[in-house]
Amino acid sequence: MQQFANWLLTKIPYPAFLPTEYLYIGVQLIFALLMLMLFVAPFAGIISWVERRVAARMMDRVGPNRVGPQGFLQWLADGIKSLLKEDIIPTNADPILFRLAPYLVFIGMFVAFVVVPFSSKLIIADLNIGIFYLIAVTSIVTVGIMMSGWASNNKYSLLGGMRSAAQIVSYEIPTGLAILVIVLLSGSLSMQEIIAAQGAYPWEWFLFSNPFTAMTFFILFISALAEGNRAPFDIPEAESELVSGYSTEYSGMRFVFFYFEEWANIYLIAAVGTALFLGGWQIPPAVRQWGAATHFILPHLLEFLTFFIKAIAIVFVVIWIRWTLPRVRVDQLMILCWKYLLPFGFACALGTALWMVLFPKGVPLVSYTLFGGAVVTGGYFFYRVWYQLKAANVRVHLNPFV
Amino acid sequence: MGELRTQEMLLNMGPQHPSTHGVIRFVVKTDGEVMTTAVPDVGYLHRSIEKIAEKATYHGFMPWTDRVDYLAAMNCNYTYALAVERLAGIETSRRAEFLRVISMELNRIISHLLAVGALGMDVGAYTPFVHGLREREKVNDLIEELCGQRLTYNYARVGGVIYDMPPGWDKKVLSFINQFEPLLEEFNRLLTDNKILIHRLRGIGVITKEDAINYNLVGPNLRGSGVKWDLRKDIPYSVYPEFDFEIPVGTGEGGALGDCYDRYMVRIKEMRESCKILRQCFEKIPAEGEAQVKVPKKVRPPAGEVYVRTESTRGDLGCYLVSDGSDKPYRVKFRAGSFTAMSIVEKISRGMMIADLVAFIASLDVVAPEIDR
Repeated sequence: MQQFANWLLTKIPYPAFLPTEYLYIGVQLIFALLMLMLFVAPFAGIISWVERRVAARMMDRVGPNRVGPQGFLQWLADGIKSLLKEDIIPTNADPILFRLAPYLVFIGMFVAFVVVPFSSKLIIADLNIGIFYLIAVTSIVTVGIMMSGWASNNKYSLLGGMRSAAQIVSYEIPTGLAILVIVLLSGSLSMQEIIAAQGAYPWEWFLFSNPFTAMTFFILFISALAEGNRAPFDIPEAESELVSGYSTEYSGMRFVFFYFEEWANIYLIAAVGTALFLGGWQIPPAVRQWGAATHFILPHLLEFLTFFIKAIAIVFVVIWIRWTLPRVRVDQLMILCWKYLLPFGFACALGTALWMVLFPKGVPLVSYTLFGGAVVTGGYFFYRVWYQLKAANVRVHLNPFV
Repeated sequence: MGELRTQEMLLNMGPQHPSTHGVIRFVVKTDGEVMTTAVPDVGYLHRSIEKIAEKATYHGFMPWTDRVDYLAAMNCNYTYALAVERLAGIETSRRAEFLRVISMELNRIISHLLAVGALGMDVGAYTPFVHGLREREKVNDLIEELCGQRLTYNYARVGGVIYDMPPGWDKKVLSFINQFEPLLEEFNRLLTDNKILIHRLRGIGVITKEDAINYNLVGPNLRGSGVKWDLRKDIPYSVYPEFDFEIPVGTGEGGALGDCYDRYMVRIKEMRESCKILRQCFEKIPAEGEAQVKVPKKVRPPAGEVYVRTESTRGDLGCYLVSDGSDKPYRVKFRAGSFTAMSIVEKISRGMMIADLVAFIASLDVVAPEIDR
């Protein structure tokens, strides 16, 4: 980066009274923005395609399969269509806030990707307060959603915005507690250092580090779902009650910004879960050496793939939940947060701290046992699925290409 | 600083709202999430079907009865045909009666499938609704083979039914039932036994036995409150007395007797009973018999009146028919279950949450066209 800036200095007439640091910062900013635009933004689109295809399969439908191979470019087509659509601003809406709200939502989600570590090198900025930064900037989304709900001048939108504010503010606390557990274990807030503290093999992950962290993973997952307004906690946009809540009055590109936030958020949930609990991009050292010996780009590619596959697996679970479970009611949501997640979150934080005092080196046997338990549970789950499919005598279509 | 006071908000739910299932309007007074009242405002779908009947001949009115309740067109067809037959003294063949029962029970299954699926969708589970629609399509295919229509069947006629069943059709229906019953169990695992659904429905919208009777609720809504009243058993018509089936009533398994979960469960159980009736139908149906007995082109029932009640999918469907001896009815009046179900909304919805109102209306299974006709 610095070399590029120095090279630029020789080429362009740079005003001498300005410190050269400004140029460095400028170059870095532009580079970061380019990376976000070209590399991260399509994630939301891809997730939208994945969601629609998976949902279609769960519902015995086909889903988008016309634009591009297997409908893969559907998100591009939809995006272009929305750009060309009329942008309606209701007469009685607050014109400034109404226009501003989608951008806030968009920015809040977009800049969170700055600290998502796709591989050991592929990260826009490895901030030393990475995870804290992530919690902080995603809170901007709440402001945007509330603003859109209020500015729409629509009672349904207002209710949606209010629900969203109550929900996100409440669920920040269990999320924070769950992240605190990981910060205790890794001793750092930086995303890369958190991943570096874990190993490549499942029993070296924080998920199986001790029984409390295993529980913390579920607390984080549930509260992340709630914070991202995902089903079964999608009450701010509850379609059957509030007619899609805060985004009711939006159309065209502004409407798409809300959906960009939603889909980007699924990936963000998955990425945080992967980085914090599932070992992130870690690959076994032997594989890394072999990769480095073959081609210098190969280890990074493998790391990226590892991260991506783990994250996509969580994305699949999120989508699966979305299309299976009914929505909880707003008071049940609060009960879940304050009565269950919060005490358990405290217990996990305390338990992990105690564990670290008692066993500073960790107990590999416990990790193996937990991993074994997870494998057995997963095996039993698939056995039940197979058994029930057999009992119901359903024809299973295994071909994913329709 | 004075006491912090909240202000009541008037929320207009409908006429176009995703969870009103048609065009109904609820004037909801809310204080935040909790409502004070929800007053139903009906009449958006009035198509003056009953007035049209006075201008149509007895035969000619038959297609209009489809539109009374488009999800249970078979039952409406049948109720009107039965009223005319009673008034004109027409006897149908036994085979035609069996065909009518088969078509009505198939109709009951798909209507309930849509009801429970739509309830699932109203509380936020989208997939069960689509699975319900998938099964509904299979039944629609069967009914299409029977009468050529998929929604407004227009199958029953004065004096029987329009077509006999095509050869081999009974096998198809039986094979559908054989695969539908396990699928219903799968549906239960997906939706009915779901913890969130149970928590959303139990103890919500409790209608007591007395209220259910006083407000004139009918069908699954009445039985959900624990009243064992089914016209198929209590005031038998057609060939129903020959069948062995149970009347499911609400048991309060969710929490309180007569809550949303009870009404939901009654519908699930009724689908199983309908499968049972269909199996018996195909065992007992006589091989001989004409689909429609000879009926004059212009039916002229003697002057008089008749009131016929049948158990439609949404409960007691009444048809009041007055004849003045001409070839057109003097007056036709349908008494529909959805209309009375709307009357209880105002009482039960007091102090509910908005999300509960949606679940409550869905559990009443109102069909907007049936309210207004």
